[in-house]
Amino acid sequence: MSEQSPKERRIILKYADDPAYSNRIDCYLRVGGYQNLKKAFAMKPEEVGEEVLKSGVRGRGGAGFPAGMKWKFLDRKSGKPIYLICNADESEPGTFKDRQIMYKDPHQLIEGMMISAYAIGASQAFIYIRAEFHEGARILNRAISEAKDKGFCGNNILGSDFSCDLVVHRGAGAYICGEETGLIESLEGKRPNPRIKPPYFPAVLGLYQCPTIVNNVETLCNVRHIIEMGGDEFAKIGKPNNTGTRIWCVSGQVMKPGYYEFECGALTLGQMIFDVCGGLRPGRSLKAVIPGGSSAKVLRADERFSGTLKDGTAFDWGLGDIPLDFDGPMSAGSMSGSGGIIVMDDTVDIVQAMANINAFYAHESCGQCTPCREGSLWMRKITQRMCSGGARKEDADLLLSVAKQIEGRTICAFGEAAAWPTQSFVTKFKDDFINKASETAENRDPKSLQLI
Amino acid sequence: MENLLKLSAETLAKIDEVVPKYPQKRSAALMVIHLVQDELGAVDDTACEWIAKRLELQPINIKELITFYPMLRENPWGRKHVRVCRTLPCALRGSYGTCKTFEKMLGVKEGHVREDGEYSLEFMECLADCGQGPVVIVDEKTYENIEGERATKFAELLLDGKLDGVEEFKSYEESLNQQIPKQ
Ligand SMILES: Cc1cc2nc3c(=O)[nH]c(=O)nc-3n(C[C@H](O)[C@H](O)[C@H](O)COP(=O)(O)O)c2cc1C
Ligand code: SF4
Ligand code: FES
Repeated sequence: MSEQSPKERRIILKYADDPAYSNRIDCYLRVGGYQNLKKAFAMKPEEVGEEVLKSGVRGRGGAGFPAGMKWKFLDRKSGKPIYLICNADESEPGTFKDRQIMYKDPHQLIEGMMISAYAIGASQAFIYIRAEFHEGARILNRAISEAKDKGFCGNNILGSDFSCDLVVHRGAGAYICGEETGLIESLEGKRPNPRIKPPYFPAVLGLYQCPTIVNNVETLCNVRHIIEMGGDEFAKIGKPNNTGTRIWCVSGQVMKPGYYEFECGALTLGQMIFDVCGGLRPGRSLKAVIPGGSSAKVLRADERFSGTLKDGTAFDWGLGDIPLDFDGPMSAGSMSGSGGIIVMDDTVDIVQAMANINAFYAHESCGQCTPCREGSLWMRKITQRMCSGGARKEDADLLLSVAKQIEGRTICAFGEAAAWPTQSFVTKFKDDFINKASETAENRDPKSLQLI
Repeated sequence: MENLLKLSAETLAKIDEVVPKYPQKRSAALMVIHLVQDELGAVDDTACEWIAKRLELQPINIKELITFYPMLRENPWGRKHVRVCRTLPCALRGSYGTCKTFEKMLGVKEGHVREDGEYSLEFMECLADCGQGPVVIVDEKTYENIEGERATKFAELLLDGKLDGVEEFKSYEESLNQQIPKQ
């Protein structure tokens, strides 16, 4: 459990770490649980969807696409059954927020899902949970059966003629199952090879080629709060186009790593690292930050970021000035992704950090697209060789050329996720990569930790 | 169906319960594989054939899953399976050192099973608990901040079979608040 910061605004995690709260239904009911399901069921499904649209809530899984808009794309004319899937794969390195929700407040997710299922007209819903969350799956199953007993889930919800079953489905340790079309293939009992878009947009051709909505755990929990507050009120939290709170997950070399929920834009990256997370270890200085899970482009501590925001205002930021919302890290050329902020101090050997990340992508590529399969392996091999005494001056450019041949040439966004780290690390820390060639046992930094 | 695998009545019942939950039988594949693997430790060719038959599929449809997903196994891990997170956030807190300590103390190389079958060790990718890294999972329990001297102490307790109930190594799962407060 991470220590709560006094400046947080906890909406999703309001009760998660309350010592008088547990993951059982009694606790949830005591704090107004399932009242919003009742409220939603008194509305028309379209009206529920309208509130979600008005709320402006953007997906918390990585891409930040507005949930209400995604629901609008649903093909309702096909006459085929509609499915709702909660993406609980939580596999982007640096991300550990969905875990807190599911283990500590599972009913919030179930209520959010049943409201969402009602809004989109789904009579079958799934939670796709990563298999390492053994206890998480048990907690969810127990919570679902508690909710079914009380008529909040399953047949004839709240005595209405709307029914929606909810099934917990476990993955088996593959990162690519977090990609929504890979997830769907996996849920169909196949290898999780992502599908090409178009035509396979889940909202049109999803599970069993039926219209399907895939949303992240945190996104679906927000739906419950949108119904409670109303879309317009919800939209007042945070900033325009960056509404609601976000749970930021800070890891790496800070004094107090952990998960912290703040209104979007309520603080900067600098405040998060130095104030909320207690700064770096004594005597250390900041080297680099990855702001949105390992797939996001790295930011260099001494970089300047300037340009104009969507609303036309000019900005000129240092790393510490970047606002923590969706658009801040994006304007700085990276992304807020899944909210996983990975902090590296001056003891880090950047080439080793790169090699660590490359090993991840090489291990996780599904292997369908040649550029991704071969490229991720080569990037791993090159950086690994560089870290075991075989670095050459030309390796930096070689890495960039491999990464360039992946980006934009693959079936799914994993290609970019694998290429962006290399492109940003090598471009921004080129000296570190070039100097690696002249590293010897004598001049190697003795402080640096083994990362590969 | 003939119970070639000698699965327990409990596992068979669980399989019968899980399959009809899905609109299409094939969707139950991963869940059935998990149930079989939980009991047998691995899914060999006989098990593949049995599962395929149960779901009205070809054995290759199951085999291709076993060979793809990192957590599915053709050969069993040790009686105690120790997983250490390898990915960057945990590495930045010392997980490579943790893995080395475990290799030495448990007497098994990463990715392998000790000869006596007692322990196995695996370097895994991000386990989604990066704020408290290095993260270690033993069987189904998640342990946090296992680094340096704590890693040594952890391995000692594990080897002595005395890990359970030690306050400083309370798992993430056991730290959850399960109490139901008064009204
Ligand atoms: C390689 C890859 C991995 C992903 N992993 C996850 C994940 O673990 N959890 C998640 O919610 N979304 C993940 N996503 C994003 C999903 O594809 C999808 O956009 C998301 O679940 C949609 O939900 P949202 O709109 O509520 O964010 C991943 C995407 C890619 C390309
Ligand atoms: S980009 Fe990579 S992960 Fe995505 S489909 Fe292609 S090979 Fe698979
Ligand atoms: S990197 Fe180890 S749990 Fe995420």
